[in-house]
Amino acid sequence: MKNVLDFEKPIYELQIKLDELKSHPEKHSIGIEFEEEIALIQRKIEETRKQIFTDLTPWQRVQLARHPKRPFALDYIKDAFTDFHELHGDRRFADDRAIVGGFAMIGQQRVMVIGTQKGRDTKENILRNFGSAHPEGYRKALRLMQMADKFGLPIVTLIDTAGAYPGIGAEERHIAEAIAVNLREMTLLEVPIVAVVIGEGGSGGALGIGVADRVLIMENAYYSVISPEGCAAILWKDRTAAPKAAEALRITAPDLLELGLVDGIIAEPLGGAHTDTQATAAALKDRILKEIETLSALSAEQRLKGRYDKFRAFGHFEETAATPVSA
Amino acid sequence: MATSQFTKKIPGTDGPEPALTPPDLDAAATAFLKKPKLGSGKTRKRDMPEGLWTKCPKCSELVFDKELDENLKVCPKCQHHFPIGARERINALVETCSFEEIDAGMLSVDILKFTGVASYASKLETYRKKSTQLKDAVITGIGKIGPHRAALGVMDFAFLGGSMGSVVGEKLTRLIEKATEAGLPLVIISTSGGARMYEGMFSLMQMAKTCAALAYHARAKLPYISVLTHPTTAGVMASYASVGDLIIAEPKAMIGFAGPRVIKDTTQAELPPGFQTAEFLTDRGLIDAIVPRLEMKEKLTDYISYMMAGK
Repeated sequence: MKNVLDFEKPIYELQIKLDELKSHPEKHSIGIEFEEEIALIQRKIEETRKQIFTDLTPWQRVQLARHPKRPFALDYIKDAFTDFHELHGDRRFADDRAIVGGFAMIGQQRVMVIGTQKGRDTKENILRNFGSAHPEGYRKALRLMQMADKFGLPIVTLIDTAGAYPGIGAEERHIAEAIAVNLREMTLLEVPIVAVVIGEGGSGGALGIGVADRVLIMENAYYSVISPEGCAAILWKDRTAAPKAAEALRITAPDLLELGLVDGIIAEPLGGAHTDTQATAAALKDRILKEIETLSALSAEQRLKGRYDKFRAFGHFEETAATPVSA
Repeated sequence: MATSQFTKKIPGTDGPEPALTPPDLDAAATAFLKKPKLGSGKTRKRDMPEGLWTKCPKCSELVFDKELDENLKVCPKCQHHFPIGARERINALVETCSFEEIDAGMLSVDILKFTGVASYASKLETYRKKSTQLKDAVITGIGKIGPHRAALGVMDFAFLGGSMGSVVGEKLTRLIEKATEAGLPLVIISTSGGARMYEGMFSLMQMAKTCAALAYHARAKLPYISVLTHPTTAGVMASYASVGDLIIAEPKAMIGFAGPRVIKDTTQAELPPGFQTAEFLTDRGLIDAIVPRLEMKEKLTDYISYMMAGK
């Protein structure tokens, strides 16, 4: 059962039975019809799916966000966008294939689309560095975003990364600086920016293309300051405590919406985005178009102020009267 | 025995906080000349009262604590930079009585009700009790650096590893906004393990928040000097610490995005010598200058003089 999560197995097993029944009746010489059984199993699948997917734990959502069959940025670019012209390179060092970007149409709207890209198999994962970008990826993204700003194209970013790459070259070429510059410069881009966390929103690596007027998240995606495993290793001294960490960190789409950290959730089919990629892409497209339309009605000044105020407001603290210490 | 002539420190008066008056730098620089002879001290160190001497982890020299304090926690023998508290740093940088702290009473709250092995609430309580002068990991205010009024934010690693949560982000953002409004140069001295995971995504968002404020400070053509001290990593490094007009570092400071162990585990490669030190990153073009702590005030004053020359 390759590419099937543990909690998906009951559905998967029923699906196999159903497929067998559907494909074999003609082989039975006595001519028994299986219609009743087929209907029964179909009902059972629906029930099981509802049972499993209406009450997912945070850890199950993390697993869905990392599902090997989940649509990646280029899948959405293929299904929700048209006329994609990929543009390469940061003009300094290299073309980082962990971040893709270029001109594209979404509906009748011309945009600049940028996304972190994972690989589907080992070969592609090596090319994409498992979706973890080097500094060049963030610099390419900024180059494309500043060009979009110059030519008045709205920007759409699709976020799906476990995090920026923790490697020697990345440090030598200042990955932290590349991300930080993006955070600062995205604040000042005058065009509308819509960011969607489509899978994994891994910390600074996600935020590095995530400063936007609207930050949306797919229903089974997550967005976190640290990976559940990393948090578990530090606070529980045990990576296998990741499910506990996933819960404590409040990283699921519903949690983030409740906390006011995202602006909206894009619904996925029951069973997850990978069970109906076309429907998921259509939902994503509708929502992005709607947001771009709303944002385009504002002046650049209003957008910049709105974007600033939105990020400015994040944080919870208490103000007490303490005597300041002079020196 | 040489050590018996020193009185033991009174409990409660020690800790990282110095006297309010900044130490005299000239005296501090020559303090080592007056150092008591240690001679055969090494064989007798077990008899010495605790909290009076510190063994330098680099050169193994025993340094008299008072002398270390006067020397801004820099080993007089080998120039090793010990950790130093935020208040001590401020005292050493600003003109006497010129520093006005802002948001001194701002406290972190446990918004996520985070319970790991220990709860965030109990962690906060522990750290607040530990130091009477630190309410969180940054102190902000306006003071004079040489002749220049400047907005100054100084982080302290002693409070939860200098981690950045809502309070650090908010205090720095208010400081930056104040600097932009008042046309002041900005100096942020960082030391941090990164974002504070107990505040989940709220801590990650402080990265965007502080950088957004810095965008407008930069647009007003005001100088921002980021000073990196040991250690400055992760979320802090990937936000305000990396976008100074000048990026200055203290000698040998460990600076980076990911931790060395994570990099080793991920890449299965040997890390190059000196990896992620201030010197390594200076060679690779990130850092404008390495400035020893004892020269920091003078250098910052000079830099600001140039950067504010057109104002």
